[in-house]
Amino acid sequence: MTVPALLLRAGRLALTVGVAIVTTAAIAHAQLAPPPGPTAENIKKRGALACGVDTGVPGFAAQDNTGKWKGLDIDYCRAIAAAVLGDPDKVRYTPTTAAARFTVLQAGEIDVLIRDSTLTFTRSNQLGLDEVAVNFYAGQGFLVRKSIGVQKAAELQGATICMITGATLELNIADFARSTGAKIGSLLFEKPEEAIAAMEAGRCDGYSDDSGSLAGMRSTLKNPSEWIIMPELISKEPLGIHARSGDPRWQKILFWLDTALKTAEEFGITQANADELRKTSKNPFILRLLGAEGDTGKQLGLDSDWAFRAIKATGNYGEIYDRHFGPNALNLPRGLNNLYNNGGMHYTLPFR
Amino acid sequence: MRHPLVRALFGTKLNAAITLLMLAAFALVLPPLFRWAIGTAVWNAPNRAGCEAADTGACWAFIRARLALFFYGIYPVDQRWRVDAGLVVLVVIGTGALFARRHRGLWLLALAVLIPVIDGILLVGGIFGLELVPTGQWGGLMLNVVISFVALGGSIPLGIALAFGRRSKYPVIRYGSIAMIEFWRGVPLLAVLFMGLILLPLFLPNGVNIDNLVRALVVLTLFTSAYMAEIVRGGLQGVQSGQPEAALALGMHTAQVQLLVVLPQALRLSIPGFINIAVDLFKDTTLVSIVGLFDLMGVVNQSLKDTAWTGLAAEGYTFAALVFFFACLIISLGGSVLERHFAIAPGSTKH
Repeated sequence: MTVPALLLRAGRLALTVGVAIVTTAAIAHAQLAPPPGPTAENIKKRGALACGVDTGVPGFAAQDNTGKWKGLDIDYCRAIAAAVLGDPDKVRYTPTTAAARFTVLQAGEIDVLIRDSTLTFTRSNQLGLDEVAVNFYAGQGFLVRKSIGVQKAAELQGATICMITGATLELNIADFARSTGAKIGSLLFEKPEEAIAAMEAGRCDGYSDDSGSLAGMRSTLKNPSEWIIMPELISKEPLGIHARSGDPRWQKILFWLDTALKTAEEFGITQANADELRKTSKNPFILRLLGAEGDTGKQLGLDSDWAFRAIKATGNYGEIYDRHFGPNALNLPRGLNNLYNNGGMHYTLPFR
Repeated sequence: MRHPLVRALFGTKLNAAITLLMLAAFALVLPPLFRWAIGTAVWNAPNRAGCEAADTGACWAFIRARLALFFYGIYPVDQRWRVDAGLVVLVVIGTGALFARRHRGLWLLALAVLIPVIDGILLVGGIFGLELVPTGQWGGLMLNVVISFVALGGSIPLGIALAFGRRSKYPVIRYGSIAMIEFWRGVPLLAVLFMGLILLPLFLPNGVNIDNLVRALVVLTLFTSAYMAEIVRGGLQGVQSGQPEAALALGMHTAQVQLLVVLPQALRLSIPGFINIAVDLFKDTTLVSIVGLFDLMGVVNQSLKDTAWTGLAAEGYTFAALVFFFACLIISLGGSVLERHFAIAPGSTKH
């Protein structure tokens, strides 16, 4: 055997062994990642919250003309920073792509992921993540041309729907079509803009996506009044906050912060009246939430003003929703995102 | 049939028919394009609704409103002069290296050494009283330029080393170089970018973070150096065998022969290939937007998601295409200047 051939063989062997070791190490590392130190302490030491957000999706996270981040998910990051650090601007935003978002969280590059990501069983059990709270109830819906005269998704028999590639959207439609016996054609595109352009050009009768994105897309149409968003949703997409498993104290902070924003809406506490209510209110729930009574902050490892500061920074949940999805913004009816006492899904645990 | 142009366009029946057909196609396409891009375009509006209220043409107000974002990303506004200063340094030294009549070697040395140091200090900061700007805030066209420059600058020496390595008489070096070159040429850039972004964090201990930009830079440098190596190797093969033989006969060492006689001639032959790679690389930098870095393309994509401007994809992509076209044109023109300069007849005493 010649020397080069021998070397080649040895090289191949080394490569195989190397790949095997690295792969095993990666899998072991991903599964047995030791619990990270207390996240909240790290944030305080760093002086900034590392918040994983979307790279850009209307209503949830996008940069304005000056490059400032805006959106529902962004307001959540700001509220957390206000509660933990006392300043809503002390956030380091890490835009994450769909492919990288969970790895970035697992690897500890971000403290929390708030990126219009659906909370699912697989993510909970295979990825070493915990679903902390739902900040937006979405679902796959349809935006269709009014003139085809369809009122319900089940009547879409024979229609063609444009959508972006990504197995879930197609799969949901196929499941839905099978269960209702309708035949729905699909036309796939790489980017939402392409799908919308094809739809406006008449290549298909409608567009399908998560309800939050549908509202964003409708706002880009030439004649929005010629199109309707159908009320039905054919899938459940509870979007929310993901955190690494292994730091329950940090998760409690995130969970109760979400609860605080929704409770504030329930009790009518707004960005504008929080100061006054803290002094004048007689309601013990309000007083406890705003830190005038009790020790909710201390039990979470924060100071007593944590929720007060968050509400002052971003307003209550309803104010956040209206800022980005309300009539003056994307104009998406609140529907499931109402509080439970308004026919929605947001039912919060009581502060006592 | 007098003017040569007339003869070229209408000389034969077939040519005349093709010319008329092309003119008809232009007449069909150009007026609507002109109407959209200029005739009914809107230059001033606070948001998309404002554009639509004014007219139905292109909404260039969108580009105007976000121009700074397209060029600087979210680099802090009061620190953007540093980016400008860095660009001035790059342009001055770059022009010097291209056009200087004397001391071109010094200019090239400045290009390779001074620019990384000066621009590195300017852009990153953290010393000399400059505020530290984390790379997470870099973005826009500036990021494309930085990535291209670093990857190109890093891949030239690496590529030369690999090219020599591939011709080495020592099997370890030779097969090592071949493996390196073939690996980086064989994998899609996108796949390695993703590997750098997604796999790397899994191998590193918790809490150890490598900057996203650094990951992209390393990947792009290695990727480009594989192509560089093959171009330099082509150049090395193009040097006539009489040259090293003559040098050896004059009593030079092997290293001297390679570095002083073969390499300079090989590099001269490689210039067109270098320029090709530079243009390619500059366009490839847009791929980093897929791993969460906001280069010009990333910022454009992102801007389409701002609720004030959603859906202005045509305007955004037209702008990005124009910027890239002109940037690549500059690289090409610079390349042809270099080519012309180094195309001195062999044996000439002119320096």
